[in-house]
Amino acid sequence: MTEPTEFNLARRIWRSIFPAPLIPVDDRDRRRAVLETLLLHIHPPTVPARALRFTHTWGLGGMGLVLFVLLAGTGAMLMLAYRPNPAEAYASVQALIQETGFGPFVRNIHAWSANLLLVVAFLHLLRVFFTSGFHGPRQFNWVIGLLLLCCAMAANFTGYLLPWDQLSYWAITIVTGMLAYVPLAGPWLQNLARGGEELGAAALNNFYTLHTTIIPVLFLLLLPWHFFRVRKAGGVVLPHRHDEELPEPPERVNTLPDLVLREFTVALVLIAALAAFALLVDAPLGSQANPGMSPNPTKAPWYFQGFQELLLHFHPVFAVCVLPLAGVLFFVLIPYLRYDSDPSGVPFVSPNGLKITRFAALTALVAVPALVLLDELSGASARLATWMPPLIGNGLIPCLMLAGLLFGFRQALKRRYAPNRNEWVQAFVVLLLTGFLLLTLISVLFRGPGMALSWPL
Amino acid sequence: MMKRKKTPIKTPQVTPSHAGKSAPDSPDRRSFLGRLWLALGLATAAELGWIGFCFFRPRPKVRAAAQKWIVAGSVDLFPPGSVTPFPQGKFYLARLPDGGFLALSKTCTHLGCSLPWDEKKQEFVCPCHGSAFDIRGEVKQPPAPRALDLFPVSIENNVVRIDADRPQRRGTFEDGQVARPL
Repeated sequence: MTEPTEFNLARRIWRSIFPAPLIPVDDRDRRRAVLETLLLHIHPPTVPARALRFTHTWGLGGMGLVLFVLLAGTGAMLMLAYRPNPAEAYASVQALIQETGFGPFVRNIHAWSANLLLVVAFLHLLRVFFTSGFHGPRQFNWVIGLLLLCCAMAANFTGYLLPWDQLSYWAITIVTGMLAYVPLAGPWLQNLARGGEELGAAALNNFYTLHTTIIPVLFLLLLPWHFFRVRKAGGVVLPHRHDEELPEPPERVNTLPDLVLREFTVALVLIAALAAFALLVDAPLGSQANPGMSPNPTKAPWYFQGFQELLLHFHPVFAVCVLPLAGVLFFVLIPYLRYDSDPSGVPFVSPNGLKITRFAALTALVAVPALVLLDELSGASARLATWMPPLIGNGLIPCLMLAGLLFGFRQALKRRYAPNRNEWVQAFVVLLLTGFLLLTLISVLFRGPGMALSWPL
Repeated sequence: MMKRKKTPIKTPQVTPSHAGKSAPDSPDRRSFLGRLWLALGLATAAELGWIGFCFFRPRPKVRAAAQKWIVAGSVDLFPPGSVTPFPQGKFYLARLPDGGFLALSKTCTHLGCSLPWDEKKQEFVCPCHGSAFDIRGEVKQPPAPRALDLFPVSIENNVVRIDADRPQRRGTFEDGQVARPL
């Protein structure tokens, strides 16, 4: 070493840990800081100015990451307070709420972050989809994103059982009950999830292990992969109008401070809002689980209630296996379908695409409640199931009817808008997602005792 | 921005130590080794798969050597048309109007919720998805796909006993399922 050594020991130690300048003064320093800081290094030193537009990404991906970090932190705290066996679980949660300092706050942050993560991840998926962010180099990252969404749902679901109250016990009973209808492997799957014939100590142990070890590890593997692929694709898609040419090369700005400051702001606002909400609203806790008595009505966690609504109208094999699998397969294949163009960054593909999106959403908005109401009032699916084998009566027949309706939708779309391939796919995705959202809403808001339709109060 | 000078990369020339003996790089030898690796890899995958399969295979249920019989009591305790819950056995003892006995599982055949008996309507109504069953356990209202499971009932010397350890699946109600006092 020929450089003169610093005399200040503290400074030397600091520099050994963080070689980048603490307060960067010029652009060169700032870029160096991005390159030499582990956390900032998921970003390139400069980013296209367009990519920073807030109304393009809405900061949703970053929010997901912030929520994940919050969940990991509060989750570790909760693990220290919780005892994962049926005899003590409920009491340990009660003790956490009643006796632990800031116990309810930590629990609320964990619970509300978990629910919000699903919303944010779903909105993130919508954002990516409607800006065509799944073409070209981003194809597989779409699939990784779907896997992450599945992980988020699995984490939510496995965490739902842990309080061991009436709410969680019966919600998990019916969702694991759905598993039994998977053809061939059903009973085995159900037995694997429950660790026996009904929910007990084995099931709680399974769910606790999945929730605190297996799913977090999956997250830690998938998240960096997701970010890495974003970076390899050159960042997010650049927003532009369909008739606008992107300047080549795009105008770039420094990651530090332009991007980092925005991310920091989103994170702080989100954390502040969550903290306020967690202070005001407590996460629910029912009475202790009673395996002998199901509460009326018993509902699945809200993100599975769309399936619960399907179950009221379709044979279980179709409601929990055929239809969801078909939906998942369609979503996985979205980036690999044939398209007419690569409109990466153009909102809703084109102005025509926006019209089609409105049309599809409106169709679902009318058709889904109408169909649910029709079935409820006429009792058609119930009657069909008693007249003939249920698998045909309320399985095959309603599915064929659904296919017929989809065909009608296709014809109407073709006549009115003459869509190209991109717009076709977009129309069906909108129809599907709006339909599923409506089913979820109907089940959450309009299903009362005995799962009969009722007015929410 | 600094421009890096391009320096040609030198690849070291490796002379095989056994040059001249056989043809170590011959295509035959290469493809054989490749196939060997592939076979080893597949064998490893199969072994790991087998371990996983055995680990997660459903274990056979351990049953008590003696059957778990629950003595319900004398036949006369149960008037025809009555339904009596047995919390220790997770079943209802139903006495049909004609005097026959059925031990009906409390668990809904749809998704496993616990069924309450509605005395007024004379039916079991599932709180989860609205399935209904009559006193024989037969489906009155779907979405439940099949009748309630049964536990074997035996009647000896006018005493009703139920084997609470062995629920039996059935599609629909049949008369042969009913245990009748002599």
